[in-house]
Amino acid sequence: MNEQTPDTNSNTAADTAAIHLVDVNKWYGDFQALIDINLSVKQGERVVVCGPSGSGKSTMIRCINRLEHHQRGQIIVDGIELTDNLKNIEAVRSEVGMVFQSFNLFPHMRVIDNLTLAPMLVRKMPKAEAEALAMGYLERVQIPEQAYKYPGQLSGGQQQRVAIARSLCMQPRIMLFDEPTSALDPEMIKEVLDVMVELAKEGMTMIVVTHEMGFAKTVADTMVFMDQAEIVEIATPDIFFTKPKNERTQLFLDQILTH
Amino acid sequence: MALPTERPIPQAPPDGAAATADTKPRKRGRTVPPPTERIPVLRWARENLASSYFNAFVTAVCLVALYYIVPAFVEWGLIDAVFTADSHEDCRAASGACWAVIEEKHRPMFFGVYPYEEHWRLVLAVMIYIGAVGMTMIRRFWSYRILVPLWLFTLTSTLTLLWGGVLGLSAVDTTQWGGLPLTMVLFSGTIVVGFPLAIVLALGRRSHMPTVKAVSVIFIESLRGVPLITILFVAVNVFPLFLPQGLEFDKMLRVMVGMAVFFACYEAEVIRGGLQAISRGQYEAAEALGLGYWHTMTRIILPQALRICLPGIVNHVIAAFKNTSFVLIIGLFDMLTATTSVLQDPVWRRFTVEAYLCVGFVYFMFCFALSKYSHRVERWLSEDKRF
Repeated sequence: MNEQTPDTNSNTAADTAAIHLVDVNKWYGDFQALIDINLSVKQGERVVVCGPSGSGKSTMIRCINRLEHHQRGQIIVDGIELTDNLKNIEAVRSEVGMVFQSFNLFPHMRVIDNLTLAPMLVRKMPKAEAEALAMGYLERVQIPEQAYKYPGQLSGGQQQRVAIARSLCMQPRIMLFDEPTSALDPEMIKEVLDVMVELAKEGMTMIVVTHEMGFAKTVADTMVFMDQAEIVEIATPDIFFTKPKNERTQLFLDQILTH
Repeated sequence: MALPTERPIPQAPPDGAAATADTKPRKRGRTVPPPTERIPVLRWARENLASSYFNAFVTAVCLVALYYIVPAFVEWGLIDAVFTADSHEDCRAASGACWAVIEEKHRPMFFGVYPYEEHWRLVLAVMIYIGAVGMTMIRRFWSYRILVPLWLFTLTSTLTLLWGGVLGLSAVDTTQWGGLPLTMVLFSGTIVVGFPLAIVLALGRRSHMPTVKAVSVIFIESLRGVPLITILFVAVNVFPLFLPQGLEFDKMLRVMVGMAVFFACYEAEVIRGGLQAISRGQYEAAEALGLGYWHTMTRIILPQALRICLPGIVNHVIAAFKNTSFVLIIGLFDMLTATTSVLQDPVWRRFTVEAYLCVGFVYFMFCFALSKYSHRVERWLSEDKRF
């Protein structure tokens, strides 16, 4: 069993899988959203998930921190299996950070309060310590000067960087990104991707759902292609982008890479 | 159309530079100030009083009505009025209002049947109460470290003053409480008990737990469908029948709980409206950060939801203030009932209008202050948050 305190990102447990999905199935009513999903993500591995809309990408990563629950199969995150057990869910959520397409910052709180809230309430961190931590992460996403503004006063790109910093304040071992740049104006996409590239360089375990293929080529260790609720192909980026085995993958890549 | 250029540029140099300065835009790029009308009063009048033929007609009707009502009222209420009278005979002789009735009867009107010699306690209690409310309204004092001790002090001191029985104060039974202090006690009690209950009911109704949800729905729907008078009647007359022999709660307390529950049911639905306006993403973000249900609700969801439905909340708070006058059905003398009973005095019976106008004015001042204050709070919140 791994130690559960997130005080270190060292690679001592590099050989153990950080995330394990075994035969995961999920239904919304009669509609099957995930079919027999099998995926292993190692510590420090960067996985980029792509595929057409409605293919189940978001659903899959939302299952990993139990924003959605799967009906069949096994999901094991950092050695903890996700079941209805609330203790386990809480333990997993405090290990796993998530960044959303629509930022989901808390609009009634200043940026700094957005960042310190969870460390203070969940980790019981003293206020001064939490604020120092928050300022540190704001500097890393390069907007420390916005700390005392409200989210509504920031641009989309700045809001998304705040959202990333907010997740990092919980010092997670794994970060999930659910289309983090899809709601952004084109000129703001780069500033968010830059932050994510930095994070990848530092060895964070990441699963990123995105259509940004340039980003995928830069950081991904593994590409995952999903279509119609299934994982169609898992490959390294050079194989994935040059000679994918599956023709559905080829078709998808042709569509998004023609521009 | 020529309006913007007609405006003289302040301190334009009189030499040749003026010509270029006139055509050149000032300061930022090519922006120019918006065109303004030279007589703002006229513009205001046209936009607000006569924007269409129908509005012009309504304005005219209102002006005619004001012409007939205002002078008549001023004559009755001020010019011909009697403000101080040695006896009611002075009032009978005058053709205008008799404000002297208030001077004569203000103590039973505002303090009810509370023992006459002890009225100073009520004055003190009301002053402490209003002071505390005033302090609470100031944003600088919004911290638990100030508000909690303040209200603990206010509650103990005002209730001690009203009840007595300690510190050499003579004991006064709640059935003798009356007038303005009674109105305040009932109103505060209703809000203090009712508002948290409303939040719990609103959350309960949106709960995923079937029992909690069912209890909340039944509670809200059954009590909301019943007149307040009925609830008070049940609280006072029916409820004691179910209690074991010998056990008895104070009658005023029972009424207060009845009012609080009634208030909570309405307020719960208002708050639920606010809760529904909060996007799913806020819950998900809180969950993803590992916040539990209560932290999510108290720190993330409720602050946003309550802000959204603040106008609706204040609406019911004002209604609750006025509903306190229903205690007359159990024989308590709040401000309104106390006034009614005072006017049974055959000597002053003719001057009911003046007395009721005075009581009405006190009610209005409280409600108007509440509504004004809520507007200011809304403005504060929207200034800060920009969402």
